[in-house]
Amino acid sequence: MARINLTVDGQQVADDVEPRTLLVQYLREQLGKTGTVIGCDTSNCGACTVHLNGRSVKSCNVLAVQVDGAEVTTIEGLAAEDGTLHPVQESFRECHGLQCGFCTPGMIMQTVDLLAENPSPSEEAIRLGLEGNLCRCTGYHNIVRAVQHAAGTTTETSSEAGASA
Amino acid sequence: MIPAAFEYVAPTTVEEALAALAEHGDEAKIIAGGQSLLPVLRMRLNAPEWVIDLGRIESLRGVRDGGDHLVIGAMTTHHDVGQDPLVHEHALLVSKAITHLADAQVRHRGTFGGSLAHADPGGDLGAPALALGSTFVVQGPGGTREVAAGDFFVDLFETAISDDEILVEVRVPKHDGWVASYEKFVRIAHQWPIVAVAATLRMEGDTIAEARIGLTNMGSTPLRASAAEQALVGQPATEEGVAAAAALVVEGTNPPTDLNGTAEYRRHVATVFTRRAVLAAAGRG
Ligand SMILES: Cc1cc2nc3c(=O)[nH]c(=O)nc-3n(C[C@H](O)[C@H](O)[C@H](O)COP(=O)(O)OP(=O)(O)OC[C@H]3O[C@@H](n4cnc5c(N)ncnc54)[C@H](O)[C@@H]3O)c2cc1C
Ligand code: FES
Ligand code: FES
Repeated sequence: MARINLTVDGQQVADDVEPRTLLVQYLREQLGKTGTVIGCDTSNCGACTVHLNGRSVKSCNVLAVQVDGAEVTTIEGLAAEDGTLHPVQESFRECHGLQCGFCTPGMIMQTVDLLAENPSPSEEAIRLGLEGNLCRCTGYHNIVRAVQHAAGTTTETSSEAGASA
Repeated sequence: MIPAAFEYVAPTTVEEALAALAEHGDEAKIIAGGQSLLPVLRMRLNAPEWVIDLGRIESLRGVRDGGDHLVIGAMTTHHDVGQDPLVHEHALLVSKAITHLADAQVRHRGTFGGSLAHADPGGDLGAPALALGSTFVVQGPGGTREVAAGDFFVDLFETAISDDEILVEVRVPKHDGWVASYEKFVRIAHQWPIVAVAATLRMEGDTIAEARIGLTNMGSTPLRASAAEQALVGQPATEEGVAAAAALVVEGTNPPTDLNGTAEYRRHVATVFTRRAVLAAAGRG
């Protein structure tokens, strides 16, 4: 067992974990944060995306011991205390950016990361930015619209300005 | 799936990491970004008794100017290398390759050194590192030694790094003013290339003055296409100018045959992608 101390969704936590524990397992099984889901065994789907010190990572591909001392934000930490949704959550709802909703926690976390780096991405930059997140239902169309809505670039001629690639 | 149980250490200096490696020998595995190792452990393709984490060794992170070359610390993430202005200015080919590497989440964790040490023939950094004539600096119990790019990649998933050594940095010679392109052929998003071509050129007006071409997944290691490089010199960057050189790119290659394509098919793709990479680098894509 190894002792870890970290901040998860703004709260200090300390726990003993086996070194082989994956971050996603720790979040779900030890902290009960089941908002972060597991969609694959291969680190391909992105459903488990969380922020580690402000950057998106696949929490199934990080060990809990590796995040000792770090700050983790999950989908459960995005909305305000009073339940007001984060603008990206609101946009996914508004634009019907989900069907079954399984990919949604990861899609939203990745979108927040993407918009932090590039506040007004082109459609191509959105599709590239979300390439590590798979959706079996929507065909991605409404997900892209939701991101554009959140960025305030819903018009057909979204600008290339600020593209990081 | 979760990995088999192991013991874990996270040293804060290279010396401590080397001591842990020396102590646990065959039973130990280094973890850098974990983006290749953790999937392997989760599928139980490997089950080390010890995992030595380089993630807390600050001296292995970052890009700095080394005079006529750049020094890229082994633990610098793909994201940080990709965003680095020095890399963009002096080794544009590396920046170009990273925009096509994996996805944003993987780029936030995966490292430059981890990717090269892993030596997946489909890895996107080997061909650019080789084409730019990089030097690999490895540290072991007896100190550091330098390995030329041509000697670093030995075979599939095998490099010149010994079991008791750690890759600490990669020195990439500056290629100021060179244009570059990395053309990657994939079937699905964010995956390893079926074939990719790394091309960087020094242009004099419309003429190619010097060329460096690296190939990904055209053999068990990254390959340098020397014959094609030479044939490009003095050519105009036009379809006709590069066609003959592109045909030479398959010389000395030994691509795999798998579900994504036969060796013959890969050779064809390599020729087409070399032409595209050279033209794209020259701004004629
Ligand atoms: C979904 C997904 C998609 C991907 N797509 C691509 C892609 O398109 N192109 C691509 O190139 N890669 C891709 N990758 C792999 C990614 O680039 C990894 O980051 C990289 O292969 C390994 O780097 P790492 O830092 O994560 O190393 P780790 O996984 O931690 O280590 C890999 C291996 O190298 C050894 N090692 C690591 N660092 C050192 C060191 N300093 N000295 C000695 N040995 C060391 C480890 O012991 C291990 O055997 C993908 C990965 C995933 C999960
Ligand atoms: S569960 Fe982590 S990427 Fe699929
Ligand atoms: S909404 Fe079902 S997987 Fe995306």
